[in-house]
Amino acid sequence: MGLFIDQFFNGIGTGVVYASVALALVIIYRTTGLLNFAQGEMALFSTFVTWWFTDQGLGIVPALLVSIVLSFIAGGLIERIIIRPVEGPTKNPLSVVIITLGMFLAINALAALIFIKPGQEALQMPLLFPSGDVPGIGIQKAIVGRAAVLAIECLLLWILLQKTKIGLSLRAVASNPESAKLVGINPGAMLMLGWALAAALGAVAGTLAASRGTGAFDTSLMQQVLVFSFAAAALGGFDSPLGAVVGGLIVGVADSLTIQYVGFLDGIELAVPFALILIVLLVRPNGLFGRNIVERV
Amino acid sequence: MTKLPWFRIVAGIVLAAVALALPYFNDPDINTVFAQVMYLAIAAMGLNLLTGFNGQISIGHGAFFGIGAFTSAILVVDHGWPIEATIPVAALISAGVGVVVGFPALRVKGLYLALITLGLAVLFPRVVEKFVEGPGGVPLLQPTRLQVSSTISSMADDIYRYYVVLLVMALLYFLAWNLLRSRAGRAMIAVRDQEVAASTVGVNVAGVKISTFALSAAYAGVAGSLSVLVDRAANAANPLLYFQRSIEFLIAVVIGGTATIAGPLLGSMLLVAIRRRTSDTEAMAPALLGGALIVVVYVLPDGIVGGYLRLKAYVLKRRAAPPAPPPSANDVPNPTPSTPSPT
Amino acid sequence: MSLIELRAVSGGYGQVNVLEKLSLSVDEGEVGVILGANGAGKTTTLRAICGMLDRCSGEVIFDGSSISGSATQAIARAGIAHVPQGRGTFGDLSVDENLRLGAISRKDQGTEADLDRWYEAFPRLAERRTQAAGSMSGGEQQMLAIARALMSRPRLLLLDEPSLGLAPLITRDLFDRLGEINRTEGLTMLVVEQNAGLALEIAHRGYVLETGRIVAQGTSDELAADEDVRKAYLGF
Repeated sequence: MGLFIDQFFNGIGTGVVYASVALALVIIYRTTGLLNFAQGEMALFSTFVTWWFTDQGLGIVPALLVSIVLSFIAGGLIERIIIRPVEGPTKNPLSVVIITLGMFLAINALAALIFIKPGQEALQMPLLFPSGDVPGIGIQKAIVGRAAVLAIECLLLWILLQKTKIGLSLRAVASNPESAKLVGINPGAMLMLGWALAAALGAVAGTLAASRGTGAFDTSLMQQVLVFSFAAAALGGFDSPLGAVVGGLIVGVADSLTIQYVGFLDGIELAVPFALILIVLLVRPNGLFGRNIVERV
Repeated sequence: MTKLPWFRIVAGIVLAAVALALPYFNDPDINTVFAQVMYLAIAAMGLNLLTGFNGQISIGHGAFFGIGAFTSAILVVDHGWPIEATIPVAALISAGVGVVVGFPALRVKGLYLALITLGLAVLFPRVVEKFVEGPGGVPLLQPTRLQVSSTISSMADDIYRYYVVLLVMALLYFLAWNLLRSRAGRAMIAVRDQEVAASTVGVNVAGVKISTFALSAAYAGVAGSLSVLVDRAANAANPLLYFQRSIEFLIAVVIGGTATIAGPLLGSMLLVAIRRRTSDTEAMAPALLGGALIVVVYVLPDGIVGGYLRLKAYVLKRRAAPPAPPPSANDVPNPTPSTPSPT
Repeated sequence: MSLIELRAVSGGYGQVNVLEKLSLSVDEGEVGVILGANGAGKTTTLRAICGMLDRCSGEVIFDGSSISGSATQAIARAGIAHVPQGRGTFGDLSVDENLRLGAISRKDQGTEADLDRWYEAFPRLAERRTQAAGSMSGGEQQMLAIARALMSRPRLLLLDEPSLGLAPLITRDLFDRLGEINRTEGLTMLVVEQNAGLALEIAHRGYVLETGRIVAQGTSDELAADEDVRKAYLGF
């Protein structure tokens, strides 16, 4: 039983990362209506930026905060310059796929070109949380810490979206862009905001992912995470932030338990999120909490 | 009265002659690179059939490539088959998997289909890793030199491989070209452009989509099979390899020219050329290619060949019809059009 | 003193012109009505005012300044509230949120007071404050759309076929209220309607459109009295 609990909480630990990326995916989906295949690599770049600041002498928390701000700005710019012409329901989905894949490649490569010296393999991210368990409960401090970060993210997001005028404007544009114009909202600004928020969330997710175990990471950090995060977003419903969080945690725990208990899937645990995506899209495209999204034939 | 397209015929003969003579003038390494370009071009053509001509987005064709590669490798290494004989088997098995994937693809479209195929490409190496074990416990199968050597005693290995791949590529490209001019090909394109309309004129949309999936998977499988001949290995050790392959194919198609015949070949040549040019900085090639993808969507949405074809059509049109005389002051402006418009 | 004026406006969607050199105006404090059959260009006229057409030539003048070519959101902030055909409510947001969105571009502090005021005027909306807008009936959504428009304290209210899909009793009530608001607040309105009878009752001036051109105009009394106009265009 102890092993189960351990694996369960391990799953929560990784699930938090999936949930953060899934949250970013959902925000982009709700505001601009597309699936951002480059989400992981954007987070990766932000993670390298965080690392760079720590390498310059900043503590990891200030470095992360700076990275969040820079990512926020970059996200908005990316939407305005690269994504704006191909988003929207009337545009060609192939163009969206090509552009986000192009970004995937280019951003990943740029991170390597800019930050990695030749010969260097992995970089070292300082740890966010001290190692060891929380006294009393048998759970690692890192896991509790990560869950706390996710909880704070969710709280801040909730306050922004539900309690502020800007959040209301963002939701209005997501709900009915034409009517949003009629009440004086500039939809373009809100779209940029959506991507900016997603990029900021990605910065946190990537840093959490890197700041694990020994803290060693390289350019492949987010590539696996991406599939799991898509599975989480699909499971929760692509237009539901709550779904992203719940989905992320479920995927994390399921993965962890599968690794431990389902012998024949050993080595191909990735089959689980993949199968999940497939089943959800075929059987219940709205996922657990989504409302009306995937166009089915 | 149809003029024989002399220019085309002569150009075709010259190109064929060059292609045939090429390997004798180059180092074996270069010939191997050419062979790699060509099997890449085959996979890219397969993807082009599915995505360019039939409108179904796949970023998982690397998986079909891998299926073909491992089919051939297993048959050669474990069962002693001659590699040439494994090519049709690889095609069939890939096609079979293509059919299986084609079914859910009927219900899931656009970005979501892309997502599922992505999962496929990421999953594939894991499955291989689980079931295939080469010496050393790694999912790597390497036929011996002898097993992939030339069957023509007077011909060097690298030249022989070059010709095999060239032959298969020429065959498959010809097949594609023919297909697209036939009724079946027109049905493929009709399904891409106006699915509902196509079904109302009697096109079996589901059948077309699934067969196109199978056919494009078969192309990728053949390419994979040929890669075992050329590279003497089928390797699933890098879990991201087949995802990268999938993107490679897409790059070749998009930059070369979606929905064109020459596009995938041109794109493959560019891709390999860029790779080799920037081989000392590992990340330079993906940076350039990623950037190129983005630029192409905005500047040349039909890719290089597509853009060229459009330019040609535009020039021909301007030559055929002289510009209309300017409207006179007495002309009555257009009456309101008859198309229904909202109140 | 005209608040809104169109001068020789032509325009439409894609390659197609729907309006042909249309000229009309509504004075401050008046209710103007645009009548005509389906496809005549009535909705397009309102959309032209709000900068929502693909192509538009000619001039649109609001309160003395030209708004031709301005972005829709800028026109909305300038004081023109548009209730589109089909209501345009934010379906997955609550009634309260929909109303607050009406006031979102306002710079003053009067939002809460206005909310109270319109909840009082439309008690059905108050009952459903937290309900998702999309789950309400057509009539309720119409009320919501109008209340939302009023929340922005507009100088000009544009209404596109407010009676569409509503039961006669509700439509009657709606027009009574609109007339009342115009009389008590002096709010200028431009209403597109197929139900000519009701519309002319509250209007001061009317325009009849056919294939993008004005074929009859005058005060509402003149239009209602003109037999030819009545028979040909107004159906009564």
